[in-house]
This record gives sequence, structure tokens and C-alpha cells, in this order.
Amino acid sequence: MTTPNRPAPSKPLPRPANKALSKPFWDAAKRHELVMQRCNACSGWIFYPREQCPVCFSQDLGWAPVSGRGRVYAFTIVHQPGNPAFAGDSPYVFATIQLDEGVRVVSNVVGIDPHQVKVDMPVVATYDDVSPEWTLVKFQPTAS
Amino acid sequence: MSLRGKAAIVGIGETPHKRDWPGRTMYGLCAEVAAQAIKDAGLKREDIDGLITFGSNVYPSTMAEYTGIRPIHFASQVGLMGSTSGVALTVAAGMVAAGVANYILFVAGGARDKDNPEASDRPSQVAGAMSEFITPFGPAAGANTNYGMMYSRHMYQYGSKPEQFAKFAVNQRFNAAKNPLAAMRDPITVDDVLNSRYVNEPLHLLECVMPVAGAIAFIVTTPERARTLRQPPVYLLGTGIAQGVEQSWLTPDFCTTPTAISAPRALEMAGYGIKDMQFAEFYDCYTILVGACLEDAGVCPKGEIGNWIDATDTTYKGSFPVNTDGGQLSAGQLNGTGASGCQQLVESVRQLRGEAGECQVAKHDLCIANFNGGSPSNECTVVLGTAAAL
Ligand SMILES: [Zn+2]
Repeated sequence: MTTPNRPAPSKPLPRPANKALSKPFWDAAKRHELVMQRCNACSGWIFYPREQCPVCFSQDLGWAPVSGRGRVYAFTIVHQPGNPAFAGDSPYVFATIQLDEGVRVVSNVVGIDPHQVKVDMPVVATYDDVSPEWTLVKFQPTAS
Repeated sequence: MSLRGKAAIVGIGETPHKRDWPGRTMYGLCAEVAAQAIKDAGLKREDIDGLITFGSNVYPSTMAEYTGIRPIHFASQVGLMGSTSGVALTVAAGMVAAGVANYILFVAGGARDKDNPEASDRPSQVAGAMSEFITPFGPAAGANTNYGMMYSRHMYQYGSKPEQFAKFAVNQRFNAAKNPLAAMRDPITVDDVLNSRYVNEPLHLLECVMPVAGAIAFIVTTPERARTLRQPPVYLLGTGIAQGVEQSWLTPDFCTTPTAISAPRALEMAGYGIKDMQFAEFYDCYTILVGACLEDAGVCPKGEIGNWIDATDTTYKGSFPVNTDGGQLSAGQLNGTGASGCQQLVESVRQLRGEAGECQVAKHDLCIANFNGGSPSNECTVVLGTAAAL
């Protein structure tokens, strides 16, 4: 049985739990820049953005640019996406990236055959304008 | 033992009460009062080793992740509406009196932001404090993503191989053939596992649990009462409860689970070493998790589970039986949070009583069982034994 008029499922856009808090991250992404939250009291990097530093409990937090360079810390090649909207992309790489600054994020590694991706491979940020409002920070291989 | 005089409240925190509080979330407000209470008590963040959260969707691991508190000796949720804080105090008193943890923090709160309904007090929305940074990248179904990443990291860091992890699935299926309650009882080989389709590489289908319907239960009483009843008592000899964080890739070493803390603690309480254990029932949502948790419990040095499984017969007939009823990988994972790991507990009891039928292990006075939640985020390890092990 088919439902011919059903629209194709769309990929989820970011839905911030705290819009004002993570706005600097998403605004920077739209400018094709990568910024991270940083504690003004202990200088620690914070990801994901929080209202209070998880190391020293300071609420004096700011934002600072990061290099956008890092390495694949761990990855998985997704064949069975949790959300069917990603089915057309499969197989694709979902990875933990450790930035040179030491902070970790998860994202996709793109611009490479998924089966060529290796742990510890050097990568650099690349920007995917997925809608007029939202840009996702992804990563692609680079020379070390 | 009476709890009278065995516990005290030593620190408090409270924010203003506001009808509308733009720009703040439940986790942010809870982090603030946690810091207040710690300061009020004259303690440091690192002193807090126990955490109780409220409701059913505010996980201690998420609260720990957000606040930076590390509840490595106790964690729980209490969800009893208006009586939650009193019950949590009672639970905490019992835990500190029993020496399970030293300083247990209870924290609860809620947000109201009329301009941002997303942030308002809806636990189902806030349970994942960082979903905006995960869902747009297309994670795999359920918990598969983080276990798949952990698997790739383990192979890189330690040189372990899929054909080694596959052996856990194969040996457990051998056991399941003798378990009439198991959903999957046909024997499988390492090749069968490696030839099954990838769910997300390097996880093959036969390395992941299949959800099933069913139910499971147990009853606890005092040793004195237990000795008057029908069945030989199975004694709790030791327990350890350690929380990591909700997104395990945020931890410094992705491949080390909180079992590295909970298992030694349970063994220490029991007065036994891992080598004394006659068999193990270890939560097994994925092969990689069984392997990583066994390493963390100390069956072999960290990272050497591949060589260990190559050299060890983990079937019910073997030198160190693991998941003697086939585990969740063969029996099927009972639907419902909490039901799934209970299989490992009930099978421990069956084995210790000598009532495990055709998959009965030869020596059955003392065992270790491990329970896991999250990615892995929440670990509890127990040591159980018969009267002979007391
Ligand atoms: Zn700080």
C-alpha cells in the first residue's frame, strides 16, 4: 500500500533548548565561522553551551573562535538512520570530532568515501547551509 | 539498623521564584542551586558522589553532564510528585548510612519562559540537553550511534577486531539454545555475525539487541525473613552505582565505562576479587558493551578483551560463563526501561539457586552482574551469592 501524496520527510533543523544561549554558535555558523563557549573564570572550553560552567560553576561565560581543525576521535557509518529523512544519504559517517583546542563535538564527515574514514584522521570544518536560517558545521578531510 | 540519627542535611540552595524567567532552562537553574548547595556546605564539586534527580525523564547522567558533578557512587531518580523530596531524603539517608556514597545531592527545578516554550518545563523536551547539536546530523536509531562510535574507537585504541566481539554473540547464542524463554535459539557462527547486515558500522545486526515483549520481577526482603522462606536466599554482597554522562563521547576515554568504578566498589564491599567470581551476567545491548564492561570489571587488563575472548570459553560449560541464558542478545531485550537489565538479575538468581536447567553452570555460589543504561551512561554492578558465599 502506498500513500502517494505524503511529502518526503524532511531532516530536522536544530531546535535549541535555550535559543538565546546557543545563538552565538548558530549565528557564527551562518557566517561560516566556528565559535565555542568559553568560561571567563577558568578559561575552559564548554560544549554544548550551558548557563553555568561545569568545571568551576561560574556564570561568567563568553564565546571565542576556534580553529575548526581537529581529528576524528571515533565514528560510525550509519546504514539505518534513526530518522527516515536521512535514508537517501545512507551510508554516511556520524563522528566525534576532537578539535585542536581539545573540545569535542559530533557531526558528519563529508567529502570522502565513508569507508576511507579512519580514527585520528585530520579534518577541518566545512559549512552546510541547510536552510536560509540554519547552517550546520560539518567536517572534511584535510592535510595534517 | 535504624536510620535514626544516621544522616543530616548539610547544604541548601534555592533560586528566586519567578512567574516567567526568560533565558533560563531547567538544567541551567538546577546547576545554579547545585552550586549554591555545595558552597553552602563548604564542599567542593568533586566531593559530591551521589545524585538524585526527579521525575522520570530528568536523568542523573544528563544532570551530571550539564552541571559537571560526577555521581560515581550513587544515582537515582525519585518520581513521586509532591513527596519526591522526602522520599529522596530517605533514600539518600539509607545510602550514606550504608556507606554507598558520602555526599548525595538532590536537585529539582523547572523553567518558565513565555517567549521560548521549548525551554519551559517539559521533561520530554529537556531530557536531551544538547539535541540541537546531534539530531541534525542523522544519528542511527536508538543508542546505536554512540555504541558504534565506541566500537570504532576501541578497535583503533586497542587493536580489537569484530571477529572477537562477534564471539560474545556466538557464545551467548550457544547458551540460549538451552533457554526455553529465549526468542532466538538457533546456533550462529562468527561468520553469521560478520555476514549479518550493518546497522551502523562496525555494529552488525547480530551484535545488537532486538526489542521483545515480556515482563520480569523480583522480591527483596531482610536476610532473617529470607531464611524462613521456600527458596534458598540469594544475598546481595556488594553494590556499586556509578554515573557517567548522557553523551559518552564527551568523556575523556570513550572506551572506559562507569563500570570501571562500580565493579571494583561492588567487589570491595563483597570482600571478593573478580577472580573469585564463578560467572558473570553482564548487560548486553551490544557486543561492544559486554566486552568493554568486562574489561572495566577487571577480567583482563583494559583493552585486552579481544585476546581474552579468544582464550576464554564464555558458554555455560566454559571456564568463565557470561550471560548464561543467552543474554539480551539472544533472549531479546524486554521493552521498557528497567525491564531489560532485570534479565541479568533474574538469571543470576536462577543460576545461584541451581535452577538454571540445561544451561546451569557447574559452580554457582558467587557471581557478578552488571547493569547499564544510556550510551553507556549509568552503571550498577552487584555481587550476589548463596549462603556459602556470605
Ligand atoms: Zn569555569
